[in-house]
Amino acid sequence: MKTETQPHRVQRGSLSRARAVEFTFDGKAYGGIEGDTLASALLANGVHLVGRSFKYHRPRGVLSAGVEEPNALVGISRGNARHTPNVRATVQELYDGLTAKSQNAFPTLAMDIGAVNDLMSPVFSAGFYYKTFKWPPKAWDKVYEPFIRRAAGLGEAPTEADPDRYTNRFAHCDVLVIGGGAAGLVAARKAADEGKSVIVADENPTFGGWMLCDSDARIDGKDGPAWAAQIIADLKGRDNVTLLPRTTGFGYFQQNMVALAERITEHMPNPDPDLPRERMWQVRAREVISAQGGIERPLVFPGNDKPGVMLAGAAQTYLNKYGVAVGQTIGVFAACNTAYAAAFDLYEAGCEIAAIIDHRDSVEQHLLDQAKELGIRIIAGASVAKVEGRLRVCAMQVKRHRQEKQEHFEIDALIMSGGWTPSLHLFSQSRGKPRWDADAKRFLPGISPQNLTCVGLCNGADTLAEVFEEASGGTYSPKIEDDVSTEGGMVGACATAGPDAKSKAFVDFQNDVTSKDIRQAVREGMHSIEHVKRYTTNGMATDQGKLSNMHGLAIAADMLDAPIPQVGLTTFRAPYTPTTFGAFVGNAKGALFDPERRTPIDAWAAENGAEFEPVSHWRRAWYFPRAGEDMHEAVDRECQTVRKVAGVFDASTLGKIEVCGPDAAAFMDKLYTNGWSKLKPGRAKYGIMLREDGFIYDDGVVGKLSDTRFHVTTTTGGAPRVLVHMEDYLQTEFPDLDVSLTSTTEQWATIAVQGPKARDIIAPLVSGVDISAKNFSHMSVVECEVCGVPARLFRISFTGELGFEINVPADFGLDIWKQVWARAEPLGACAYGTETMHVLRAEKGYIIVGQDTDGTVTPHDAGLSWAVAKSKPDFVGKRGLMREDLTAEGRRHLVGLETVDPKTILPEGAQIVADPNQPIPMKMIGFVTSSYWSGTLGKSIAMALVEDGFNRVGETLHVPLEDEIVEVKVTGTVFYDPKGEKIDG
Amino acid sequence: MLLIHCPYCKSDLPELEFANAGEAHLVRPADMSDMSDADFADYFFVRDNPKGVNLERWRHAHGCGRFFNAVRDTVSDKFLKVYPAGEPRPSDAEVKALLEAQAEGRKDGGSGA
Repeated sequence: MKTETQPHRVQRGSLSRARAVEFTFDGKAYGGIEGDTLASALLANGVHLVGRSFKYHRPRGVLSAGVEEPNALVGISRGNARHTPNVRATVQELYDGLTAKSQNAFPTLAMDIGAVNDLMSPVFSAGFYYKTFKWPPKAWDKVYEPFIRRAAGLGEAPTEADPDRYTNRFAHCDVLVIGGGAAGLVAARKAADEGKSVIVADENPTFGGWMLCDSDARIDGKDGPAWAAQIIADLKGRDNVTLLPRTTGFGYFQQNMVALAERITEHMPNPDPDLPRERMWQVRAREVISAQGGIERPLVFPGNDKPGVMLAGAAQTYLNKYGVAVGQTIGVFAACNTAYAAAFDLYEAGCEIAAIIDHRDSVEQHLLDQAKELGIRIIAGASVAKVEGRLRVCAMQVKRHRQEKQEHFEIDALIMSGGWTPSLHLFSQSRGKPRWDADAKRFLPGISPQNLTCVGLCNGADTLAEVFEEASGGTYSPKIEDDVSTEGGMVGACATAGPDAKSKAFVDFQNDVTSKDIRQAVREGMHSIEHVKRYTTNGMATDQGKLSNMHGLAIAADMLDAPIPQVGLTTFRAPYTPTTFGAFVGNAKGALFDPERRTPIDAWAAENGAEFEPVSHWRRAWYFPRAGEDMHEAVDRECQTVRKVAGVFDASTLGKIEVCGPDAAAFMDKLYTNGWSKLKPGRAKYGIMLREDGFIYDDGVVGKLSDTRFHVTTTTGGAPRVLVHMEDYLQTEFPDLDVSLTSTTEQWATIAVQGPKARDIIAPLVSGVDISAKNFSHMSVVECEVCGVPARLFRISFTGELGFEINVPADFGLDIWKQVWARAEPLGACAYGTETMHVLRAEKGYIIVGQDTDGTVTPHDAGLSWAVAKSKPDFVGKRGLMREDLTAEGRRHLVGLETVDPKTILPEGAQIVADPNQPIPMKMIGFVTSSYWSGTLGKSIAMALVEDGFNRVGETLHVPLEDEIVEVKVTGTVFYDPKGEKIDG
Repeated sequence: MLLIHCPYCKSDLPELEFANAGEAHLVRPADMSDMSDADFADYFFVRDNPKGVNLERWRHAHGCGRFFNAVRDTVSDKFLKVYPAGEPRPSDAEVKALLEAQAEGRKDGGSGA
């Protein structure tokens, strides 16, 4: 790797003695210094051209030295999975081996064919997309959308999944300070002095803000960096202060919840794989102090976007913080005093200052004196009229206001300052309403509805004295010398970019919006800034208008001849700067995205070769294929084994709720459609739960253990909402009932043993109860012992066969399952999964709520009228069932379907029509809800909701599919053992 | 993320622990058999969606599990009052006083929580 010298490095700034590092940009090797940003290192090597603009593909250089950067967006790559597009070179810390690539340029940055757009720019003016891609509608698919998609987007997305780890942390503190510059540090120290717990976050790697870039001011005799170092050391030494560098406060939410994104490894050459890449903080603070500072505005003049044109404060930062001179012969274009400080610093560092052009008509005497002393020429009341140079500025033309003559200056950099915009981002996000400072032509924080205080430049403090006064509440007033005020400046277009100007003067650099575009938008009827913004895309790029909003607003206000506040201010929204998806996602990915629930018997199923399927949050054994079996064969075998011998099934996921208390039966009477008071203890019953509107909400078998205790089961997926539904009625409608509800889903493991040999399998394991057919009939429940463990044994069937469900405490579930299996296997029984369970229940016409019902099905529709008590005075849903629509004729009923060709299996969800020859669109009269191959019956079976279905039994209907129309016969829903003779084995 | 005061746990807790449960003070009639379809529709289907003060039910779902009522300003998204289920609906005068207190809190720059 060849490392070039860094010709623009000067002996100035804190980096000059630091360690050398190497990096590449567009494949070329360069040298930099540890502590550099990518931008400062490129500038040290004389590289200004770093990117192409989005729309016109204009050559662009580094404009700023911070997060507001609109031009210097690059891709940073650490391999395919770690390619990050649109990284601002101005904040990317340099590390050894950093690989950066320019964007939006082909074939090369210097020779980009996309630049043809710049020549065609009259076509691409404001509202171009709205006007162009309109007509004819057919062109959308084939022409417009592909064109827009190809042109849209900036940078390249990584091609592999993100391998890095991200974390999040919740924190509380008395005072959260956002911004660690002069204001933030002093405010933090004051809060810490008061004994408060303090968190200070700053987006930069080093605290100190502008103090690290200022070579003029002296505070009690100390220069900026020395003053900052002292106060940082002081804060670091305190137990009640947490300093978070590289941490952006990007979102302000209700009740002082502030989100911070901390970048942990982004600056490291070889990150420790144990470290998270980023950490999201959610901080709840009693008080938030915003010390966000301000952002320097560019000036709007022709050619202000050429590489080498840069903000004056940025040039000063590169010089004083990083030891980089941005040019050798520098033009200065100012509308405020801070640019003079930059010019004088550059002069002092050995650069030549071609001239200081001031847009204002008069300049303060002390600046004139200082310039004269240094031999720097000042041209007041003038504007830059033209910037020459293609890939780098080489000259500027200067025009005095109200004069035609222009003056030419050869330069290799042009620094500019339109003044400073207070950063209202977090204030505005807190729902605070900004107020207009008419004198200084800026918005300042008004009143926030939250406990938020803005201090420093973001609150309009222009001098260090004011900053310290505000930040310390008047308790800190050191001696300050040679401070430069940030007051003054201008908003809107310069004199040379007025309505008559022909050249492009950029307002929004990243989205290529010019002063002409803003004016055109106003002319075309956009009178609110929200409309101007969307019509021109001003402020809609990834920098979110940090540099462009005020100028855009001022130009629009000028066109409308209206005061700026009347035109409006667009809303600031989170995030303050682009925040990665990784930071938001944190650990919630892969297995942790939506944690999977497993039953106590899950491990046995896995060991015994089960295929699994997700059922709500559960992982359930789906079927148990033997060697050489596919799913179809396995399920066929399992079904027939259950019907001929027996099967063992893990039903632990069934929702279970313990309903107990003196009024338990009365409560059950209210919540279920059938009666529970008269049910004898030791008996179980199928219950249907409705919503108040009369539709089926859930179902399940309920065992009455005593007059005051019910063991309620729910559908697997319905358990949580059923409990909430019960709690809601118990707490708010029937609070007089003395009942308690407890979720016991995870407390019981449930082992279903079904089939003619079910009793033989479990009998030797059960003690304390007679489970003979005579004394333990179908729908019985008893508390007993199974394998010596307290159990609740149900005689119950979801297959139509003789069946038992053994409930044992979850911790014993696996052991008892194994003991049951040890009995079952030698008898020729099988373990079966959910697919077989579905087939067996469908053969018997047992419904599954949520599959055969969809929230618009009444018990009557589902053929379950028998389960609705006629005589109960009240239950939830009773009145709903009386509604006109629910009692009307012709509702959809649940019926069985048999395909005329028994081998054809209907797809679930398929639609049903009466007449297959009717024109399309056909009238749909129902749809298939369940459909299986029944190996036992040797034919396909299906259930369906069909209009007036009960009266259509025997009719032939049709199911139009993609390739064929299937003829079906309407039947009852019980396909197997319609007389129920198998239930006793 | 809001902090919500649970009147049973007597603590300000993150919104994540709570679930909104719709409009408050809707009473299920003891006998609905004579209710007209229109009255039933009003009771079961029709809900207010006010801009401003809303009386609503919340459940401390990932906490004590209990339902309570709240007075919330849907404009500022602030809870003006929480009270246990079963307590009477706040009077118009009380709601007015709560709104005024909120406005005062805003003037002070306080969190008003």
